[in-house]
Amino acid sequence: MRREGRGFLTIAHLTLHEALRRRILLAALIAGAAFLMLYGIGLFALVRDLGGNPKTTLLERRTALNMVTLAGLYAANLLVVLMSVLLPVDTLSGEIDSGVMQTLAVRPIRRRDIVLGKWLGHWVVMASYLALLFGGVLSLSAVIGHFTPPRVETGLPLVLLEGTVLLTISIAGGARLATVTNGMLAFGLFGLAFIANWMEQIGTALGNKAAQEIGTIVSLLMPSESLWQMAASQMQPAMLRMLGDSPFSPFSVASPAMIWWAAGYIVVVLAIGVRSFERRAL
Amino acid sequence: MPEFVIEARGLRKEFGAKVAVEDLSLTVSRGEVFGFLGPNGAGKTTAIKMLLGLVAPTWGSADILGAPIGDRAVRARLGFLPEHFRFQEWLTGRELLQFHARLLGRSPREWSSRIEALLARVDLLDAASRPVRTYSKGMMQRVGLAQALLGEPEIVFLDEPTSGLDPLGRLLVRDVIHDLRDRGTTVFLNSHLLGEVEATCSRVAFVKAGRTVHELSLADEDGTVEVVLRVGTLPDDVRAAVGRLGRIVDGTAAATAVGAGTHGAPPLERIRILVDDEGRVPEIARAIVGRGIPLHEMKVARKSLEDWFLDVMGDEGRPG
Repeated sequence: MRREGRGFLTIAHLTLHEALRRRILLAALIAGAAFLMLYGIGLFALVRDLGGNPKTTLLERRTALNMVTLAGLYAANLLVVLMSVLLPVDTLSGEIDSGVMQTLAVRPIRRRDIVLGKWLGHWVVMASYLALLFGGVLSLSAVIGHFTPPRVETGLPLVLLEGTVLLTISIAGGARLATVTNGMLAFGLFGLAFIANWMEQIGTALGNKAAQEIGTIVSLLMPSESLWQMAASQMQPAMLRMLGDSPFSPFSVASPAMIWWAAGYIVVVLAIGVRSFERRAL
Repeated sequence: MPEFVIEARGLRKEFGAKVAVEDLSLTVSRGEVFGFLGPNGAGKTTAIKMLLGLVAPTWGSADILGAPIGDRAVRARLGFLPEHFRFQEWLTGRELLQFHARLLGRSPREWSSRIEALLARVDLLDAASRPVRTYSKGMMQRVGLAQALLGEPEIVFLDEPTSGLDPLGRLLVRDVIHDLRDRGTTVFLNSHLLGEVEATCSRVAFVKAGRTVHELSLADEDGTVEVVLRVGTLPDDVRAAVGRLGRIVDGTAAATAVGAGTHGAPPLERIRILVDDEGRVPEIARAIVGRGIPLHEMKVARKSLEDWFLDVMGDEGRPG
């Protein structure tokens, strides 16, 4: 019996299957494992030092552990960003160039389902990688430093949202752009948001309105960095955040409306990607 | 009246300023093996892609199996082997066919015997568990053919299926096309290899610069036998009798005198006649010799597809 409307899941299944066999995933796993090992060793040395020094107060100890953990989470965040962009960067453009897409697109499957299936397949891989890395950092902090940052349950979904934004841009861009151009665009936007966010932070600290506004506008155009800043600000105690003396303690954090903005952003970017793929000559 | 499974009306495709297909109208009947013939760059691939819904036409329309191009339900009844057959190379040959079964809305288990039979048909059973990446070009083409035939399609589109293949690979394609024809499947074959088309197609369309310039039926070989005579001057009644047996295309009223012959002898005429049926050839000879007219030479030649191709394409059909 013929089953209608299963094309989307067939593509998602194939994408997942493909991603798991690719060298890029292996490289990402090796990089992730190396990073976690380094983090564990560094943390172990730090905890031994803190424990052996009778002068450190409990507050100092917690502040140090929180900063180290946030630094670890930030590095994990960067690996997730790389993964979100690079893993799917050629999934549409590469298959269009090679002609693989032709045998796929003549089948009784909607072009929309090809894009959405690829999106879902890659999202599952990205989310798993995020869970692995963030789970690793948090477990090492808990086991070695007996420390767990606050509000992880709010922070991690924000990081996942950030990864989803980048993944969506990378997939949608591939419907129209060549692989290298697409990768450049995604990382370019990420870099832009990164710089703009720092301008916003410094602008807020110095009371410079222009710098603040530039930061806000860019974060609407590309919400990735704002989402990370929101996540980082969630996963630290109010005390540390108020001191504002670490790169993970932003002066200015986007309002919760940014979550809705980012969700809408993902939907719109994906819809643009679907539309341009539907019109594309294959 | 034959049932048309492909009906294209004024299809045109522009890529920016470049016109890939100028104005394509054609009909293909059910069960036909249709050859789409033209030099490289004539727009054959773009034409096939428009019919399959891979490329949207700039202008014009077409019906495939009675539905507008791109119709999803109809796509389940088509098979396609692209020119540069490339597949998900990390899949094994068997997995590739299982994946395409899923795309056709069937479970691989449901179609497992069909998949195994197809793998056997294209002689890939031994290599079915190897990744396609490790396949030779010929094997890749064979798994591509299997993929195209998987859904037991009503129309199979083959875009230059044998270009760059060894003779065995070509033979297999020819064989598969014959099989399809015997089963009543319509085949749309894009090719610039004349021998391949001549051996398999029942009808051909010549395409030049994105336009169909000539259509030719190869099945009944109508008017494709050419008879060239060198004879003494034909009286009018003999000329008329010969004219009833075939079509005199050259050497009628303005008969070309080929050499005046020896001094005093009557000049010889050169006459070209196209006949429907080779059986007419002896009748022509009898009509002339029976009246005592000297027949100096009689050449019978079937007009080959190559002759047609060169005639239709002119100098552009020849390699630069």
